[in-house]
Amino acid sequence: MKKYDRRDFLKLAGLGGVVFASGLTRMAGAADRVAGQGGSYDDFYFVQLSDTHWGFEGPPNPDAKVTLKKAVAAVNGLAEQPDFVVFTGDLTHTTDDPKERRKRMAEFRDIVADLKVKNVHFMPGEHDASLDKGEAYQEFFGKTHYTFDHKGVHFIVLDNVSDPAANIGEAQLQWLAADLAQLPADANIVVFTHRPLFDLYPQWDWATRDGAKAIELLMPYPNVTVFYGHIHQEHHHMTRHIPHHAAKSLIFPLPAPGSQPKRAPLPWDAAHPYKGLGFRSVEAEVKKDEYVITELPVQKG
Amino acid sequence: MNSNIRAAVIAVAFFIGLGAGVAQVAAQPAEPVVKITAKKFDYTPNQITLKKGVPVVLEFTTADVVMGFSVPELGARTDIIPGKVVRLRIVPDKTGTFTFFCDIFCGSGHEDMTGTITVVE
Repeated sequence: MKKYDRRDFLKLAGLGGVVFASGLTRMAGAADRVAGQGGSYDDFYFVQLSDTHWGFEGPPNPDAKVTLKKAVAAVNGLAEQPDFVVFTGDLTHTTDDPKERRKRMAEFRDIVADLKVKNVHFMPGEHDASLDKGEAYQEFFGKTHYTFDHKGVHFIVLDNVSDPAANIGEAQLQWLAADLAQLPADANIVVFTHRPLFDLYPQWDWATRDGAKAIELLMPYPNVTVFYGHIHQEHHHMTRHIPHHAAKSLIFPLPAPGSQPKRAPLPWDAAHPYKGLGFRSVEAEVKKDEYVITELPVQKG
Repeated sequence: MNSNIRAAVIAVAFFIGLGAGVAQVAAQPAEPVVKITAKKFDYTPNQITLKKGVPVVLEFTTADVVMGFSVPELGARTDIIPGKVVRLRIVPDKTGTFTFFCDIFCGSGHEDMTGTITVVE
């Protein structure tokens, strides 16, 4: 496995973009123990895509039928492919028709099957799962909360959308507590979820009702980073030592929290198609518990 | 309609306010009630004007699915359950215009299901 430094990573990302470094420099050691590799570790990078809302139609994105396909092509066009791709929810746009919901999920699944990278992780957003408690989602994409390990990092996928009231729920919180209890105190932990776990802007429903309980469980661990979606824009926030990074959408951008009376989509800019949309590459510098985030456009120009 | 509702609510609040003053000899003066109907995907009324410091009971009904009512800036929320009358007593403690919204995902128009409470002196 090639090891990257930040300069290499910017080159391999190929499309340019805005870079954001996140994390805390700490004593080395935990990554090696979690990985079980006895003193060796590999940096790696993954790609986060979010809020693709397949099935959406409307003026905020007149190009909605091809935006996801262009994003898949953009990921496939990266000079070096990521270790994995993660979609942080709202894969499909909601519909009140269960049959149409499944049709959209099948179409989404078929489109993203064209990704060169076959290691792809999914989670639902409220548009996918809140009307049927995740039933259709699970038929297509499996569990709504789970963990996986990759090269010294423990990834936790939390579901804060299958409950339409935006609760994680006591059962899942107990599952989270049990999972964390197995980890060394200085484990590298990344949480993927859809909604913000903290109260970003409750007036626009940009919160998880019991998210504070999840943060409380994570707080004893010094090396935790959260990546999420839902708010259709880049956003960075700290809850004490835990950074939370929101990703852009791939359908339409939403306004900054509280910047206008309603959270209506920002209008499509015909002079700058895809403005405000994009995805991100995240380089994990495992030994430093540092994540270098590069925001990438759907298309150049 | 909205201005009429606003005026009506103020009038009710004013009337009850007078009533409360008179009713210091009475046991429990009735508090003003604002009836709110929730349906996919709006509230009726969706613009409500209240008076600061005057208790009011918001009375919700819905014939649809479970919905929510949340106005974080006034520290108030409730579930709205089909087949039930749900009452939420609030005492606005600040003036301003505050957004309320459905915080239980209820369908394709959920994100547009909002309204405002304006609190005046």
